[in-house]
Amino acid sequence: MLSITSIKKGIVIDHISPGNGYEIFKLLELDKADFRVALIINADSKKFGRKDLIKIENEIDLDLRALGILDKNLTINIIEDEMIKEKIEVDLPKMFEGIFKCKNPRCITSSERDVVQKFELVSEDKTIYKCAYCDHLLNMEE
Amino acid sequence: MLKGRNLINPDDLNVDEIYEIIELARKIVKSPHNYSNVCNGRILGTLFFEPSTRTRLSFEAAMLRLGGGIVGFSESASSSTSKGESLIDTIRTVGAYSDIIAMRHPKEGSAQLAGNYTSVPLINAGDGGHYHPTQTLTDLLTIMESKGTFDNLVVGLCGDLKFGRTVHSLLKTMNKFKKNKFVLISPEELQIPNYVKTLAFDENSNNYVEVEKLEDVIDQLDILYMTRVQKERFFNEADYVRLKDSYILSPRKMKKAKDDMIVLHPLPRVNEISVEVDNDPRAMYFKQVKYGMYARMALIIKLMGVEVC
Ligand SMILES: [Zn+2]
Repeated sequence: MLSITSIKKGIVIDHISPGNGYEIFKLLELDKADFRVALIINADSKKFGRKDLIKIENEIDLDLRALGILDKNLTINIIEDEMIKEKIEVDLPKMFEGIFKCKNPRCITSSERDVVQKFELVSEDKTIYKCAYCDHLLNMEE
Repeated sequence: MLKGRNLINPDDLNVDEIYEIIELARKIVKSPHNYSNVCNGRILGTLFFEPSTRTRLSFEAAMLRLGGGIVGFSESASSSTSKGESLIDTIRTVGAYSDIIAMRHPKEGSAQLAGNYTSVPLINAGDGGHYHPTQTLTDLLTIMESKGTFDNLVVGLCGDLKFGRTVHSLLKTMNKFKKNKFVLISPEELQIPNYVKTLAFDENSNNYVEVEKLEDVIDQLDILYMTRVQKERFFNEADYVRLKDSYILSPRKMKKAKDDMIVLHPLPRVNEISVEVDNDPRAMYFKQVKYGMYARMALIIKLMGVEVC
């Protein structure tokens, strides 16, 4: 039986739709983390049958609500002293910074140093964002 | 209020603001000497991170004709990147020397970024394949001077509609005015991209058609906007051979066109308009170059908020 210890202080991204866990893991660049991280794939879920799960033993400075862009079902719990201190609602922000890189190779953000990536919501129904600099569309299916 | 603003994207201007600039440009066309001193003591910074001699000369001529001065540089793409200086640092520096900046940069979104770091108005003189709003103003001034209106026109756009940024922004801008119709003439491979259609047309608007041959539609047009179709854009030689002649504007095709149709082209031209068309009074593309300078003069005046009569 696989056991994952609970974390003292950090973040648990729960109820990730199966298959999305790895995507989010890569996106948050957790493969490069120097702190303790767990990616759990196909955990049991009362609600959905199966789910993915990410546990991060660290504070990361990210607008986590924006993860709703990838997966509307997920929940985010901020853990302190092994307790859930705060639940963050995910949503589709009108604008968000960081998290994604613009995929347009000709975009200024690919060459200029110290530019924070910025995206603006174009279509709420289709979850389409565009790069605030070059207008390249951010396609979630890619 | 246009004073102090940046012009990054043709959409930065609403219909009223476009009229405001075009009206001033028309006054300048009529009597340019009335404006030859209005920018005395002011400096335009021309930052050309990639060379574009035509556009740079147009901006510089515009400022000089307003009585202002110029500082700037034009460099090859290789030298500007090799130095490793950031765009933001350069723009801050030149912003300190000048009252207004025109910037050309190979990267898309560069103007948007630069505009956040300068206290003086910034004009996007082209950011990669993205935007070139003063070309659109040039096209509009040419249309107004020739047709006297921006409404009720049948606009044909012909050639490479896929990669042509000038076409995309003219289309979007002309669709803001009343009752214009668009005829999109291109080979299938070079049709206007869907994202441009989505941005330019309302979902239910039926004010455009897509066709392959110029000859079939030229008699319906009030404006014919020609662009280059390059051989290498075609997926196979046979298609190129089949279509190449249908995108060359010849006197024979001009015979079918309305007497008051106008032909526009963003230039430089290669062979898509045969030289015999140049003397046709409907050929406006060389006049268009001059209108480009006047449009830039009007824009500089408006963005700097210079008082003129
Ligand atoms: Zn971008």
